[in-house]
Amino acid sequence: MMSRTMKENSFITHNGRRIPKVPTELNWSDTLGGWKARWAIGRMKYSVEPGIYAIGSPDANSPVFVSANYKMSFDRLRSRLAGRDGWILVLDTKGINVWCAAGKGTFGTEELVKRIEDVGLSEIVGHRTLIVPQLGAPGVSAHKVKQQTGFSLVYGPVSAEDLPAFLDAGMRATDRMRRVTFPLKDRIVLIPVELVTGAKYVLAVAACFFLLAGLNPEGYSVALAISHGTQSVLILLAGFLAAVVLGPALLPWLPGRWFSAKGLWIGLAVLFFGGLFLGRRTELLDDRLSMAAWILMVPALTSFVVLNFTGASTYTSLSGVRREVKIAVPVQLACAVLGIGLWLVGCFV
Amino acid sequence: MARLEYLKNVVTLNLDADKCIGCGRCTEVCPHGVFVIEDRKAQIIDRDLCMECGACQMNCPVDAIYVGKGVGCAQAVITGVLRGTEPDCDCSKNCCGS
Repeated sequence: MMSRTMKENSFITHNGRRIPKVPTELNWSDTLGGWKARWAIGRMKYSVEPGIYAIGSPDANSPVFVSANYKMSFDRLRSRLAGRDGWILVLDTKGINVWCAAGKGTFGTEELVKRIEDVGLSEIVGHRTLIVPQLGAPGVSAHKVKQQTGFSLVYGPVSAEDLPAFLDAGMRATDRMRRVTFPLKDRIVLIPVELVTGAKYVLAVAACFFLLAGLNPEGYSVALAISHGTQSVLILLAGFLAAVVLGPALLPWLPGRWFSAKGLWIGLAVLFFGGLFLGRRTELLDDRLSMAAWILMVPALTSFVVLNFTGASTYTSLSGVRREVKIAVPVQLACAVLGIGLWLVGCFV
Repeated sequence: MARLEYLKNVVTLNLDADKCIGCGRCTEVCPHGVFVIEDRKAQIIDRDLCMECGACQMNCPVDAIYVGKGVGCAQAVITGVLRGTEPDCDCSKNCCGS
């Protein structure tokens, strides 16, 4: 998909080449597009055309910034270059952001070398330096790029926000600029995507619970599906929502290093507060089987949901996740299966 | 804020100090400050902070660093287990939100 900004481009002519020029201000459609991507609407098509772009009025001495073709990565970069002249070299990362693409290798040595040659970068600029985002480093070997193209790599800061300070300091990053953190605001913005992608599974499961809740010793009762089923759906949704929202939000404060343990606490909290709330209003707490079923199912669900947040976090290792999946998932699965079994038995007694 | 640290003693990071030439690239690319340069040699100061992104290994010009590079994503690991393959990070699904 070519974005609106790209279509409305003007061009500059440099060394006989027509190069698209992009503004450093984001317009409403960029902002809206970013918001939609956060909610997983058309996120995988949110890309820009790979190639070379001009910022300001660049010449042969202007710096070259390397970016991914995920539009949010590109927008974040250009918006931090206000009032500067430069070139942006956009790699084809299949619309994936710099860090994830570097992990897969699509933001990598091979693509960078190819793109440098494709756009004829050595004829556009006279110098031989590229500024590559630090989070691109997992995919790029600086010394190999140098060997193959003659371009030296300087790794820019982790966050584009620090780019002006980095450039003003003569392309030097402080230790702080080199660190990935995971502050509250970065965790909160991930909630919508987790919500949207998890919701379809949870809603499917909830629908099953709703339908099965009508089962009883005499056959099937729609009234029971509506009363008992609605209650089950609400408990499931409460567990899911609590895990999706509180997991990321409270991540540093939930006890334990294991994400599955962090999720377990949320499940126990949901049971505790849910019990206080429902206990007064319904006969749920009198139904021992149903209660036991939920005590097993809710923590299994919340533990699993938070475990899945490892993929969006900025500090989990593959070896760690492997260990956690190996140990926690079988326990979660056993609890869930046992819980569902008890719940079904509860329908018939 | 409490410090975010993942599991202890699991990562595959290994540094061969004999090969190291002290160029400092690893300190530049590591997003978690795992390395420092002391007496012209790289040193690992906190192994448990390593997330195995592989940036240090990719950028070490003398192959002094080994790390089993991968993405710490449960969904990818589970998908890999189900399909009997290596962890498969299909970013169109869930992760890679930023």
